Amino acid sequence: MRVSVQEADFDVGAETEALTAGRPDVGAVASFVGYVRADKLAGENAAEQAVSAMTLEHYPGMTEKSLEAIVAEAESRWSLLGVRVIHRFGCLVPGERIVFVGVAGSHRGEAFAACEFIMDYLKTRAPFWKKEDTPEGGRWVDAREADDAAAEKWGKGA
Amino acid sequence: MSIKVLYFASLRETLGYSHETLTLPASIATLGDLRSHLARRGGVWEALGEGRNVRAAINQEMAGPDAAVADRDEIAFFPPVTGG
Repeated sequence: MRVSVQEADFDVGAETEALTAGRPDVGAVASFVGYVRADKLAGENAAEQAVSAMTLEHYPGMTEKSLEAIVAEAESRWSLLGVRVIHRFGCLVPGERIVFVGVAGSHRGEAFAACEFIMDYLKTRAPFWKKEDTPEGGRWVDAREADDAAAEKWGKGA
Repeated sequence: MSIKVLYFASLRETLGYSHETLTLPASIATLGDLRSHLARRGGVWEALGEGRNVRAAINQEMAGPDAAVADRDEIAFFPPVTGG
């Protein structure tokens, strides 16, 4: 199993270990973990307006397909020995894990690069949407141009 | 031609619909045609109008305005994604 979309939390240590189990050819594992951040709003009383929770909506079916396609694209660009992507949905509070990407390779170069590539593509291609709960009500998170730029730096692809 | 249309996130809330089944006139050939057709409903549906930042998928793959729409397709409209 390479891709999971789930409500439940995941065990970073266990997922990382699983990438190397029985694989003496693995020389490097690079991993990324994304967390819910307690963003502050701008303006007066900013400190009291921190995000108290967020809800992640997704497109069941397309989400899994798009993550599989991103992993396949990474595997076509680098020689990889294992990939694991987990993305959560549902209600999450600050400090909770949202996403895990783990990449195993022979050497650190391809592991680092493929891990960053998968995150950059996931940010702009996987159908997830965040809605933040604030004391002033729900607020859909806007897409960031910086995320598009990060994905575009990898050039043409899937 | 009969298709299923899905709406997600802020667009779903604005429109008040998560999905609908539509029978389309023969004049609609592409995703862009479908989007204009829906926007012409007026009111909240103008959220799908030209210039609005809306993305789309056909049968669960991202697709542009020139992509062809076929009978029994699953079409989705949604805002730019914000996962990760």
